[in-house]
Amino acid sequence: MNIDNIGTKVSKWFQDSGESPQVIISSRIRLARNISNHRFTAHCDHQEKNAIISELKMAILQTSIGPLAQYIDIATASQLQKELLIERHLISKHLCRNRGPRGAIISEDEAFTAMLNEEDHLRMQVILPGLRLDQCWDVVNRIDTEIENQVRFAFDQRLGYLTACPTNVGTGIRVSLMLHLPALKMTKQIEKLLNATKEMKLAVRGLFGEGTDALGDFFQISNQITLGIKEEDIIAKLTQKLIPKIVEYELVAREHLLRHENSLLEDKIYRARGILENAYLINSKEALFLLSNLRLGINLGKIKDIDIATINELFMLTQPAHLQKNAGGSLTPNERDELRAKIIRNKLSTHKI
Amino acid sequence: MNCQNCNKNTATIHLTEITNGKRQERHLCESCAQNDGIAVNAQIPLNDLLNNLLAAQPKDQNVFDSESTPCPKCNITTDKINKQALLGCPEDYDIFSESLNKIIDKYQDGGKVHCGKVPQNQYDKTTQDLELANLKQALEEAITQERYEDAAHLRDKISQIQ
Repeated sequence: MNIDNIGTKVSKWFQDSGESPQVIISSRIRLARNISNHRFTAHCDHQEKNAIISELKMAILQTSIGPLAQYIDIATASQLQKELLIERHLISKHLCRNRGPRGAIISEDEAFTAMLNEEDHLRMQVILPGLRLDQCWDVVNRIDTEIENQVRFAFDQRLGYLTACPTNVGTGIRVSLMLHLPALKMTKQIEKLLNATKEMKLAVRGLFGEGTDALGDFFQISNQITLGIKEEDIIAKLTQKLIPKIVEYELVAREHLLRHENSLLEDKIYRARGILENAYLINSKEALFLLSNLRLGINLGKIKDIDIATINELFMLTQPAHLQKNAGGSLTPNERDELRAKIIRNKLSTHKI
Repeated sequence: MNCQNCNKNTATIHLTEITNGKRQERHLCESCAQNDGIAVNAQIPLNDLLNNLLAAQPKDQNVFDSESTPCPKCNITTDKINKQALLGCPEDYDIFSESLNKIIDKYQDGGKVHCGKVPQNQYDKTTQDLELANLKQALEEAITQERYEDAAHLRDKISQIQ
């Protein structure tokens, strides 16, 4: 992955829609690790942060992912580069905002990222399309083991992996799924899901357009408990119990809409297509909303000449930093809306199957 | 949308009633709906589904109720830990164990002992004891649930370690 080239194309892993693509957009697993004989990042001086980076960098670049990955110095990266990486879910806002020596190691297909000196010394993630948590775990676990051969991680027999924030101890794992739930939202059942998740402090966030009010119809669901349960059991509970239920409810709701509210549904889908293919100014919130409806139309078989990969690409490339990268300079909000509309129009007219 | 009855909570129950050919929509929160005698249990039992996986979130609270001496290893003060909600070094888990265990207990929904991955270079007698304890517990569960094939498999594993 070359930092100068990112932003013009969609991440490689995201070109494929994966298994159960109707509802599940992506699977992600993140591990938090710290080196045993160092202070946690927030309490380190520059010198210690540099020592942490060089130890981890050397270890990670020697693993099997090493030859396919590149180190990016976040401390010296430009604002636009950092925003591009955030929009592509490769680094966190936290890493971007931190001060002092910090970096990221990113694989060429962007499926693997290791953040150095974020909240913990090392936070690595594997992200794949569709429902592929098992595969995410296989990859991240393998690389973690390879790193462990060279680095002694902070670990306690009773508390497991020791993390800067005491709420992550144990496995230090965060298992997340990004879901597209338009029918549950339209039938107003999503409030029920949202209320339940809020009460239990499930991280519910939008995949795109983060930080805005609009979640779109996209929801991220992830575990909070990390101690007293095996990694495989956390994954199994999500993949075998919780997620199939949510997917089933969404599909039942879609079926219900098809049968009882078909004209309403078709209006939403074709109206979205009409606007996306013809608008000359479109803001990010509206684009998110309309692309979500178009995606539903494809999933329901109502739109047959556009594929999911095209929609995925548009979600990613019409975000603000990507637009600026594309334009080769900074843009006013109005210019952004204009360029966004142009990219969408062009893509939808040239990428018909 | 707020509940039409109490105007306080978010309305999560949406009812369409048709009486004498007239259509009427009502939007209520769960507690008002329950007071009204409307069965809400027929809806998605997501709460039940999620309950097993997720702990209730403790309210924002300090790790330490009173100030104590800083960590001798990294010098972090209890006040600073309270402010940033981050620890200074791995040894803090030992030094402030009493206060931290309370917080961990709450966040982890009672999960107390790590039973996941162990780094190969830190695998020792304690790890083995813990693993053995976990296996024995799994064996008991398998027997009570009459999963005899699993039980035999677990028993083999236990004797292998012993």
